Amino acid sequence: MFLSILFYIIAFVAVGSAIFVVLNRNAVYSAVALVLCFFCLAILYLLLEAYFLAVLEIFIYAGAIMVLFLFAIMLLNLGKEKALPKVMHLQRGLSALLIIVFCFGIYLFYVQGSGDQHQPMEAFSGGGVYALGEALFSKFLLPFEIASLLLLAGLIGTVYLAKRDI
Amino acid sequence: MIVPLDHVITISMILFTIGVFGVLFRRNAFTIFMSIELMLNAVNLALVGFSRYYQSVDGQVFVFLVMTLAAAEVAVGLAIIVALYRNRQTVNIDEINLMKN
Repeated sequence: MFLSILFYIIAFVAVGSAIFVVLNRNAVYSAVALVLCFFCLAILYLLLEAYFLAVLEIFIYAGAIMVLFLFAIMLLNLGKEKALPKVMHLQRGLSALLIIVFCFGIYLFYVQGSGDQHQPMEAFSGGGVYALGEALFSKFLLPFEIASLLLLAGLIGTVYLAKRDI
Repeated sequence: MIVPLDHVITISMILFTIGVFGVLFRRNAFTIFMSIELMLNAVNLALVGFSRYYQSVDGQVFVFLVMTLAAAEVAVGLAIIVALYRNRQTVNIDEINLMKN
């Protein structure tokens, strides 16, 4: 019971910091709020018994990716974003329509979703390093290798982009 | 599992919608990029929830692969933004209209 309440509180904080990320005009504040959001998501993973992924979330997202973001933002030394001009009425209208459709989808899902309140109570042992590693190196070996190839491609592309004047 | 699956998916959908809002309404390329990260994380949360619900490790492997993809994507994307700033002195996507018309 206590853990359920904790789950909803953390989810609320995650949604609030996500809203702060998209509404703030200063990119540095957005990045710090996004770090908070990632920490909240890591706690949600812990509560869903995905222990290894919770650690990875903090290492990769809050650690590596957001440091890269903050480094790039501070390198370019940007000021505040200017307010939107008045010339984009059609685009903004279409965007708002899409957002309304998304919100309606959430409402429909929440009101008349599956209605399935079943919560599997058995202990789940698949969240640790052992089970995940075993799956990665047996059943998902090919996707794992392709992911390493993708990282290599990203590395080469970044070096090329940073090296010369494009 | 301490909460119903529906609630996990609802939280995931809310986060995804916030990310779509950020991509559509912001003009700072960095903020748009962060919104994309937010959407990837929303999908990750849904995958972890399904993984717990079906007692299967497959969903968590997908989350692992999405994290790898996000790392590669951020490295290349930030390099593109920095190169863009060096050439145009702006990261405002409204002013980057080289390929228009």
